[in-house]
Amino acid sequence: MKHTISALVENKFGVLARISGLFSARGFNIDSLAVGVTEDPQVSRMTIVVNTKDERILEQIKKQLNKLIDVITVIDLTKREFIGRELVLFKVSLDKIKKTNLAKLIKRVEGKIIKTTSKEAIVELSAEQDDIKELFNKLKDAGVKELTRTGRIAISIN
Amino acid sequence: MNGSEILLECLKREGVEVIFGYPGGSVLPLFDKLYESDIRFILTRHEQGAAHAADGYARATGKVGVCIATSGPGATNLVTGIATAHMDSIPMIAITGQVKTFLIGNDAFQEADLTGITRSITKHNYLVKDTKELASTIREAFHIASTGRPGPVLIDIPVDVQIGESDFIWPEEVNMRSYQPTFFGHPGQIKKAARLISKAKKPVIYAGGGIIISGASHELKTFTEKLKAPLTWTLMGIGAFPSDHELSLGMLGMHGTAYANHAIMESDLIIAVGARFDDRVTGKIDEFAPHAKIIHIDIDPASISKNVKVDIPIVGDAKNILGQLIEEIKTPPKTLEWFKSIEAWKNKHPMTYKDSSKIKPQYVIEQIYEATNGEAIIATEVGQNQMWAAQWYNYKYPRTYISSGGLGTMGYGFPAAMGAKVGCPDKEVIDIAGDGSIQMNIQELATCVCNKINVKIAILNNGYLGMVRQWQELFYKKRYSHTCISHPDFVKLAESFGAVGILVEKKEDVRPAIEKSLKTDNTVLIDFRIDPEENVFPMVPAGQAINRMIGGMA
Repeated sequence: MKHTISALVENKFGVLARISGLFSARGFNIDSLAVGVTEDPQVSRMTIVVNTKDERILEQIKKQLNKLIDVITVIDLTKREFIGRELVLFKVSLDKIKKTNLAKLIKRVEGKIIKTTSKEAIVELSAEQDDIKELFNKLKDAGVKELTRTGRIAISIN
Repeated sequence: MNGSEILLECLKREGVEVIFGYPGGSVLPLFDKLYESDIRFILTRHEQGAAHAADGYARATGKVGVCIATSGPGATNLVTGIATAHMDSIPMIAITGQVKTFLIGNDAFQEADLTGITRSITKHNYLVKDTKELASTIREAFHIASTGRPGPVLIDIPVDVQIGESDFIWPEEVNMRSYQPTFFGHPGQIKKAARLISKAKKPVIYAGGGIIISGASHELKTFTEKLKAPLTWTLMGIGAFPSDHELSLGMLGMHGTAYANHAIMESDLIIAVGARFDDRVTGKIDEFAPHAKIIHIDIDPASISKNVKVDIPIVGDAKNILGQLIEEIKTPPKTLEWFKSIEAWKNKHPMTYKDSSKIKPQYVIEQIYEATNGEAIIATEVGQNQMWAAQWYNYKYPRTYISSGGLGTMGYGFPAAMGAKVGCPDKEVIDIAGDGSIQMNIQELATCVCNKINVKIAILNNGYLGMVRQWQELFYKKRYSHTCISHPDFVKLAESFGAVGILVEKKEDVRPAIEKSLKTDNTVLIDFRIDPEENVFPMVPAGQAINRMIGGMA
């Protein structure tokens, strides 16, 4: 099961290394990790998605994160209501698909074409992971030349 | 003030009396100020010796140990010592020089990324990039090292930061939003635990190094006596509870007593205090204490439910929580029946060894115990010597058994003994060593002699890397692959350093040699030629349930 963990950390150099080092040293797997500064410039938020069925490992991940001196708080959003988003950029070949068809295809998931050349289009999508997967499957046949994604960021409701 | 002066002023204000270390290019400005400082500096002969000495000092005194090394190789030589302290939660500050800030990342001469290298073996670490941040960083570092679950903190200081000028501003208080250890147990959890304890029929108290760190020995004794429950300790918990107490079961685990292990396996309630269910304690985890509920008291929440599932976790300081529990428990459990089983195990499987005309290592330890009235601080290396020292000396007080438990660092004991002796000059400090591990940091004989740190070294010399040989004997068909190890003439070696060496080849010479070493006002090394194939028993083979012991069961 995927768990979305949101950690507030001191915005200091080396914090990312401490966290990624913790995951590798203890053999925890990270699905994705996104970092950015918050409304307070001294604080960054890390959104970490981990995939584990084992409650004990999840518990250890949270505790070990909390134990790091530069980590201020750790919240498992999975147990609350939250909005999760991920930004993806696709570079789609226009050999097999026309631009207008591509526009129709992505409209349903509220994607955007942000740049086109004669040969390819760059598509942007900010969505939940299921929508991203769905769009990727549709674009696969047309030919996705490149894909880059940010990993999930999340914010709690209330 | 310049950075080096600020650093030394901070150390003084933190109460640092002694620093162990070694100079080098990237700490020249600091050593220049150290030249006129009134903090005692002990020049070791290897940086690893400095790290272990700072650790031994911390374990013996409860204060923060401090070591210094230069950048690059000096700093990497501290690494084993830092990792050793980290595994055993020892408060230590490691100060390392670093190349100038503008050279960092350029592969400069003697540059190594020490904050990177030590990230997973320190409680926290710092690279100080501005002299202005030095005082607050050092204050924070001591706070982190010595509170909560203690541990080593490394401060990496570039040369230009040591030279840079700044006003000295001493932060009176440390307030960190991201670091707030819990000290008192949650009252709800205390109530739940007390209820469970009152109902228990076969309780066992399992005490670890956390008791010693917290200074909770007195509370532990009161608590145990109130419950009339048997108590077992871990290697790190040796000395937390008097060995000769009627409620004591001795050490548990791989080389623990049979009765401690049987008691754990039959218990219906384990009260773990400041212990972490290490694999050397639990053996096969799926079969560990199958009938027991577990109360786990620890200051580190991450230690709880890490290895075993815990029924009642209580996060906080052992001393406080035991105090809270002593108040809360109104009806102690009825343990009379339980003690009948325990007595039966004690009678059936006492701790014993077969004495002979050869020198048995157990006999040597017993003689050291008698000669010192159990009042000495014993440091150990790692392996058979460490286990025999744990089993055959009766410890009465906390901070008297100094040993690398978690990391199992060979070469630890002698420099740690040196640090302990510096911290406790009025105590006899004896390193119980093997002929393998003593060769790993033997250079510190020079430090001892030069600084008149009169440590005694008892080498249990069997010509083998004994513990590895024991495993090869038992589990690898006696194929003694590279465990037969030669050694120098230890007597001559000691003498060449200006220390005293004594060779003991006969059983009747054991006690006189010990007596002589204790009377000698110098560092003394005794080379006891012990029965070479003596094993440490009882023993639980790795990965087995802890009641499946072999050997030494009479």
